[in-house]
Amino acid sequence: MSFRVEKGEILGFLGPNGAGKTTTMRIITGYMPSTDGTVKVDGFDVADQPLEVRRRIGYLPENPPLYTEMKVNSYLQFVAKLKGLTGARVQEDVNRAMDRVNITDVQDRIIAKLSKGYKQRVGIAQALLGDPPVLILDEPTIGLDPKQIQEVRELIKSLAGTHTVVLSTHILPEVEQTCHRVIIIDHGKIVAVDTPQNLRSQIQGGARVLIEVEGPVADVLTAVKAIPGVATARILTQDATRCSFQVDVDSGKDIRRDLARAVVQAGWGLLELQSENMSLEDIFIKLTTAEETSPQAAS
Amino acid sequence: MKSILVIAERELKTYFISPIAYVVLTIFTFLSGFVFYFFVRAMVNSVASRAMMSAQTGRPPDPIDMPGLVVQSMFGFLSFVLLLLLPMITMALFSEEKKRGTMELLLTAPVTDLQVVLGKFLAASTFYLILLSTTLVEIAILFVYSQPAKGPILSALLGIVLYGLAIIAIGMFISTLTESQIVSVILSFGVLMVLWLIGAIAQNSGPTAKAVLSYLSILDHTNDFLQGVISTSHIIFYLSLIVLGVFLTYRSLDSLRWRS
Repeated sequence: MSFRVEKGEILGFLGPNGAGKTTTMRIITGYMPSTDGTVKVDGFDVADQPLEVRRRIGYLPENPPLYTEMKVNSYLQFVAKLKGLTGARVQEDVNRAMDRVNITDVQDRIIAKLSKGYKQRVGIAQALLGDPPVLILDEPTIGLDPKQIQEVRELIKSLAGTHTVVLSTHILPEVEQTCHRVIIIDHGKIVAVDTPQNLRSQIQGGARVLIEVEGPVADVLTAVKAIPGVATARILTQDATRCSFQVDVDSGKDIRRDLARAVVQAGWGLLELQSENMSLEDIFIKLTTAEETSPQAAS
Repeated sequence: MKSILVIAERELKTYFISPIAYVVLTIFTFLSGFVFYFFVRAMVNSVASRAMMSAQTGRPPDPIDMPGLVVQSMFGFLSFVLLLLLPMITMALFSEEKKRGTMELLLTAPVTDLQVVLGKFLAASTFYLILLSTTLVEIAILFVYSQPAKGPILSALLGIVLYGLAIIAIGMFISTLTESQIVSVILSFGVLMVLWLIGAIAQNSGPTAKAVLSYLSILDHTNDFLQGVISTSHIIFYLSLIVLGVFLTYRSLDSLRWRS
């Protein structure tokens, strides 16, 4: 797989378990060597100048790497020193990182005694130490409660522009909310790269409209199919007086106006007209389920 | 060098957070105090009986270095104790990092693998020196109540230090092989026991095998040091073990990256 992340961008890795998200991140951070190919961070090759690369990366592994017998503050001091900070800058930077993830109030607690959410945030604080330009976050919101998840997402968004962030997740709304670009990977291969919005419209190929009409089924169906831009129309339910259809539309067209006019002009009752967006979830499943992968999306 | 110290400092602090450091310190100081008392008593008795013998025969007793013998016997015994205690302070060095996932932090931090290894080795070595320094109490007692020759005592200390560092290097390497502290410590015991038993096997072997086997015996090399003889071949033996252990640890970390 091959991809490029621009400075200041937030890139999301999406994929089912075992797709290779963690492995990819481990290779970027230099934890694992790659069997083939190269990774360059800020122009430095991971294999040739690992220390230069590591200096520029803040990494939160899947399991936060915590020395659980230590206190939060002294653990972060250790990591700061490990990253080469010295003197008064150590505590300054630790305070800054603790402040960013809201853990200042637990700084004197032993890490082992903290809840999972706090541990995760200590892990994020650790990655922020030394203010590295690149952040690699492996499932940053795992184990957090909804409020904390929102806070972390806000934090990640606030890093955009000054920091380059690569995060992995299997929570789709997270990608939609935080990322500028998404890479969907499956079995170690990229199946799609795009913005969350484009990805949606691209995969969808067109919108889908649900419509419920009061009128004779056969006539309504013929009328609907006659509207330009309608690819297929399928009957979902029908009884004596009313029926509902699922109408798939050609790419880039909005037929709702025409649809409504056609129904009303024929004197039928328009009971419901709803445009259905394919959620990223559907796209994700579509892309990572082999049979349904459209050739256009896989390319 | 700074990174090495940062890693060593954290590791050393961890020793004193966990109970292991205190258990090891307690057992070691208790045993060294006990054998010191035991050997001093034995020496005093033997001196008394020799005085009685010389009174009967009318000849003055042969001069013996009583405090020197006490030190020699005490460290002879303690070197065996260390064989059992030192794996306790090396067992967690890397196995615990692997288990907790902190290995990923160390191996992605802007430090080299060698700095990580040396930091760990420095921490365990420092703890060992702290442990060994408790025997200075016994040695001080000897200096208060007698006039021991300084040479043999210093040579014995040098030998024991090198011996301990070699065990630490081996134990450190073994701790990279597993995620379990228990497996790590048992494996270390096994390897050290083999290196120790080789000496016993050597006694019953042919001349060539005997020379080779007794050279490999980790404990036999302390004998000359304890008797006040500092010989380069023993120093080289221990130094090579230390370098080998550090090197194997370093290589093992590298292979760990591939296996992760």
